[in-house]
Amino acid sequence: MPEKPLTQHIPADRQALDLRAYESVGGYEGFRKALGGMTPQAMQQVVKDSGLRGRGGAGFPTGMKWSFTPMGADAPHPKYVVANADEMEPGTFKDRLLMEGNPHQLIEGLALAGFAIEADVAFIFIRGEYTLAQERLTRALAEAYEAGFLGKDILKSGYSLEMRLHVSGGRYMCGEETGLLNALEGKRANPRAKPPFPQVSGLWGKPTIVNNVETLSNIPHIVAKGAEWFKGLSHSPDAGTKLYGASGKVKRPGIWELPMSTTIRELLEEHAGGMRDGVRFRGLLPGGASTDFLVEEHLDTPMDFTSVQNAGSRLGTGTMIVLDDQTCPVGMTSNLTAFFAQESCGWCTPCWSGLGWAKQILAAMEEGHGKEGDLDKLSFQSKFWSPGHTFCALAPGAAEPLQSALKFFREDFERHIREQRCPWRA
Amino acid sequence: MLTAEERQEIKAELEHYPTKQAVCIDAMKIVQRHRGWVSDESIRDIGELLGMSVADLDGVATFYNLIHRKPVGRHVVMVCNSVSCWIMGYETIRQHLTSRLGIDFGETTPDGRFTLLPIVCLGACDRAPAMMIDDQFYGDLDPAKIDQLLEEFK
Ligand SMILES: Cc1cc2nc3c(=O)[nH]c(=O)nc-3n(C[C@H](O)[C@H](O)[C@H](O)COP(=O)(O)O)c2cc1C
Ligand code: SF4
Ligand code: FES
Repeated sequence: MPEKPLTQHIPADRQALDLRAYESVGGYEGFRKALGGMTPQAMQQVVKDSGLRGRGGAGFPTGMKWSFTPMGADAPHPKYVVANADEMEPGTFKDRLLMEGNPHQLIEGLALAGFAIEADVAFIFIRGEYTLAQERLTRALAEAYEAGFLGKDILKSGYSLEMRLHVSGGRYMCGEETGLLNALEGKRANPRAKPPFPQVSGLWGKPTIVNNVETLSNIPHIVAKGAEWFKGLSHSPDAGTKLYGASGKVKRPGIWELPMSTTIRELLEEHAGGMRDGVRFRGLLPGGASTDFLVEEHLDTPMDFTSVQNAGSRLGTGTMIVLDDQTCPVGMTSNLTAFFAQESCGWCTPCWSGLGWAKQILAAMEEGHGKEGDLDKLSFQSKFWSPGHTFCALAPGAAEPLQSALKFFREDFERHIREQRCPWRA
Repeated sequence: MLTAEERQEIKAELEHYPTKQAVCIDAMKIVQRHRGWVSDESIRDIGELLGMSVADLDGVATFYNLIHRKPVGRHVVMVCNSVSCWIMGYETIRQHLTSRLGIDFGETTPDGRFTLLPIVCLGACDRAPAMMIDDQFYGDLDPAKIDQLLEEFK
């Protein structure tokens, strides 16, 4: 059996591990080890050596991200660490499991990240709809304070860290690293210009690192068991395990922790049980709404950052959305585009205006009012949603499903226009 | 006027942040928890307490999905309209809810019992189609399950 460090102790009914249960399976050992004798620099080095890459979608190497933080006596304080628990990427449902099932693992990981950059304050920024995770984290935070894992002079190490749960007002842009910082400061979640990078000037102008929940949940295990062990969990040089998921018309939608680089075919056929009776596979978004469609020919792609990129898409969040032959690809693309149009923060014209236009074209096409030239318009518009034309990654993310749908399902789009109707509607 | 209780809860938040503005979203949520929504008057009162202009605060309020700037019913039904739920039958769920309740998105039933709103992906796509009623999540929906659920909320 492959190891599942992140989820092996989460019971099937997802009851949360309390502090005692968490400690009985090795919880807070990594934290004790770090505070008992590691330097923050050594902590950063272990994470660098482990090869851990961010699980929030972009795959940035975590140790490297941390290493840009100013350290030592002259560094500005307070410094901040933030767990990005916003999880609003459509099709993504992995951080929910980690927080509902093992809240202490996230708290320990965030505290270790704090220790590594000598942070004073930690926030868990969680979306408002995750009420059960909020309850469980609130209880776990109280337990951690009570046990002396948070607060002043933790475990008599001289290190102090305050940790707060911050519940979001709700908006996709809050998950974007710098939008999140603005949201925490009580502002609209528009993104900020980079540089300066948050590691140098983040929350209230102070050094700040933001990491995804799954990224942080890996940290306690890396510290306790070492970088080599972590690399050994994967089938490829992209280290660790990954939480993979599948939704759509598969037999068993769900979430599974597996070695990084498990193939799409294995995920679909073994873990998700294949397609439901009566429907056939047509394609999938490998890692949430803002990734390019992949199709039949890509099924043997290993789900890791490099391989999925080579196949023409992105690993993203690793939770796949499956398209079947009874579902209209134009309708699906229309739904995705409408989401991005609605969530655009309005800062840059190609994003808010172009997305709004694309949304209307697609909706009209679904209603049977598609026009000659619509597909060229969609291609042309979406060219301006690329990095460089827009301020943040929302618009580039919106371009990925649209452009790839136009490529792989072009005949379906053309048929909508030709027949002046959606062939999937009765 | 903010109640003493609301004021106290907002002040408790202030202790944890370096600026007053940082708690403005929390402050609106505190008011909403007590009153169901955030009125113009509440915006003004919170603005006064936190030293923010009404325009600034309203700009923040309208940015966020979970701040209600209009009155809502006793229960808020939020139906996920994102991609996985759409694939799994969102249209049927939406039609069933709108005809059962006799209202469209953004509206409240005449008896003040339910407000119906769309919401983006609830992060439970393996249980699509999904919705929330107030703070509670419900997945694997079908019309029969919805009928049964609605009975539980008076
Ligand atoms: C529009 C948008 C929404 C995002 N939402 C999330 C999110 O909900 N959770 C998350 O971890 N990262 C999200 N990200 C990615 C973050 O910007 C950031 O890269 C990530 O939190 C970094 O963590 P990591 O290095 O541990 O992956 C989003 C990015 C964009 C552009
Ligand atoms: S790309 Fe879109 S969401 Fe990002 S800053 Fe520009 S308008 Fe806002
Ligand atoms: S798409 Fe509805 S819960 Fe994710």
